[in-house]
Amino acid sequence: MSRIYKAFEHKKAFIGFLTAGDPSLDKTEEFVLEMADAGAGLIEIGIPFSDPIADGPVIQEANIRALSAGCTTDKIFDMVVSLREKTDVPLVFLAYLNTLYKYGYEDFCRRCQECGVDGVILPDMPFEEREELVPVAEKYDVDVITMVAPTSKERIKMVAEDASGFIYVVSSMGVTGARSEITTDVGEIVETIRDVTDVPVAIGFGINTKEQVNKYSAIGDGAIVGSAIVKMIAEYGEAAGPKLHEYVTEMVSGLASS
Amino acid sequence: MSNSMNTGRYGKHGGQYVPETLMNEIHKLEDAYEQYKNDAEFVEELDRLNREYAGRPSLLYFAEKMTKDLGGAKIYFKREDLNHTGSHKINNVLGQVLLAKKMGKTRVIAETGAGQHGVATATAAALLDMECEIYMGKEDTIRQALNVYRMELLGAKVHPVESGTMTLKDAVNACMREWTARVDDTLYVLGSVMGPHPFPMMVRDFQSVISKEAREQILEAEGKLPDVVMACVGGGSNAMGSFYEFINDKEVRLIGCEAAGHGVDTDKTAATMAVGTEGVFHGMKSYFCQDEYGQIAPVYSISAGLDYPGVGPEHAYLRDIHRAEYVPVTDEEAVQAFEYIAKEEGIIAAIESSHAVAHLMKIAPKMEKEQIIICTLSGRGDKDVAAIARYRGIDLHE
Repeated sequence: MSRIYKAFEHKKAFIGFLTAGDPSLDKTEEFVLEMADAGAGLIEIGIPFSDPIADGPVIQEANIRALSAGCTTDKIFDMVVSLREKTDVPLVFLAYLNTLYKYGYEDFCRRCQECGVDGVILPDMPFEEREELVPVAEKYDVDVITMVAPTSKERIKMVAEDASGFIYVVSSMGVTGARSEITTDVGEIVETIRDVTDVPVAIGFGINTKEQVNKYSAIGDGAIVGSAIVKMIAEYGEAAGPKLHEYVTEMVSGLASS
Repeated sequence: MSNSMNTGRYGKHGGQYVPETLMNEIHKLEDAYEQYKNDAEFVEELDRLNREYAGRPSLLYFAEKMTKDLGGAKIYFKREDLNHTGSHKINNVLGQVLLAKKMGKTRVIAETGAGQHGVATATAAALLDMECEIYMGKEDTIRQALNVYRMELLGAKVHPVESGTMTLKDAVNACMREWTARVDDTLYVLGSVMGPHPFPMMVRDFQSVISKEAREQILEAEGKLPDVVMACVGGGSNAMGSFYEFINDKEVRLIGCEAAGHGVDTDKTAATMAVGTEGVFHGMKSYFCQDEYGQIAPVYSISAGLDYPGVGPEHAYLRDIHRAEYVPVTDEEAVQAFEYIAKEEGIIAAIESSHAVAHLMKIAPKMEKEQIIICTLSGRGDKDVAAIARYRGIDLHE
């Protein structure tokens, strides 16, 4: 049974995101462990990219900090190897497709399997372009996470049917970043997904409060928080560990019961 | 010939690598374009705008003095610099903004490097009554301050983009982010033959009016096809438009001139074909300037319009199949060409176009007198005068 599947088994999952290498890879490892210890069910590790077109300013800046500190794909894999000696928390990469393309799909997915990365989220690879990667990823048991957006509408069934791991429902238009209000009818999207698949649904983009975590984990199977975590790392830097632990503990306490 | 595959592929290049949020909109755009490009009324309306507003057809001008001075092939310039708004960009924006209107959009957004595409988009938006917002790298708003004001005069709102290298690629990033946030009433009017399908095809079609006219004009003037067709290449829209109708004329050499900046052996370059590798970025698979991990390189050129780390997918394909060749031209060579064509022909050409002129100056003398070169002057150089003066160490006070 896959680690991702277990994260959602009989429970709701809080999913935390952070950018690898911000402020350093040693700290990324520490922060992941803190979040896992605080009850995060799954961690998304962002591979920094020079031009993250699906991200808002908070994560863009984290990408710049990580790249300026010398973070690379190979160093991230090394960090994951070390992390895997200490935790079994499911790990997925959030990356832009060029990172995988340049590394080589085959090499990248093989390294994921070797290092213990369970899946990849690729915001710039829509359903129509999946075919070039999915067979390779399947060979190495790496789930390519499907994204569903507020604009997906009649596409939902088509893209959801093919999903593995979990489905990432984008709650809002635009790029990543905390929002005070989410206006999309996420419930309707989740219902449509449920018609075609049992793959767990996690909801993200704009979520940053315990109340939002409660609301969206009740609608779906999990809630994703990214920018709020990255903002804390930006603010507290190397000392962010305990703050993240505290924050994630609070968010996890907001999870709806299954 | 040039590949009519409906998935928007040019060999292995092209595709639609954009967030799910944009996919429905991209498909709507594809459908709308397929419908309207064959719609007699749309075609007629665009044709009328091209003739009566943009001033088409543009001249194919025989540069007699340069021909004599360089002492080789006969040199013709396709004068896109004489179009309304001063560059080839108007060809594309009239098409796209008209399409946006037909699609029921009320707002257009666009990226711009040198400001030419931004000015053209703002112009078309003013004419066709659309709201218009332009994203321009902050660095470029400084290099091309006059164009910023020009866009504002035309009623557009200009957003200086302060992320990354603050140049063209960052303006594209910002535009894509904005489009993801607001698709319902907005069309992203992409300025070059790049981005996700259908943009590379659509922009190429709108720009192919350049080669359609040039082919007829040269047959009229010389009774035969040219030996060389050349143009500068950033994303590659004026080059694609200049090449397209000649692609099937195998005997016509197609040459794209890239911005080498300080040189292709330095890191201050934007010559994607020379130093780039395959990648996936800005919605397309193509060649990009990038490092071993796929981080997009901070490219450099004196020309804001060529200062882009990628190239359109159809160009990548034309290179792969050896149908077109791509050559790097340095800042210094381009500036010399800028000065040369001004003194020799009385034409102040854009610094972008001057890259093509520079390469023309290298090859024309080596060609036979009965041979013919058509070089596209993609834009006029008024916008560059201050920057060239600075490059030459002259302090101008406007």
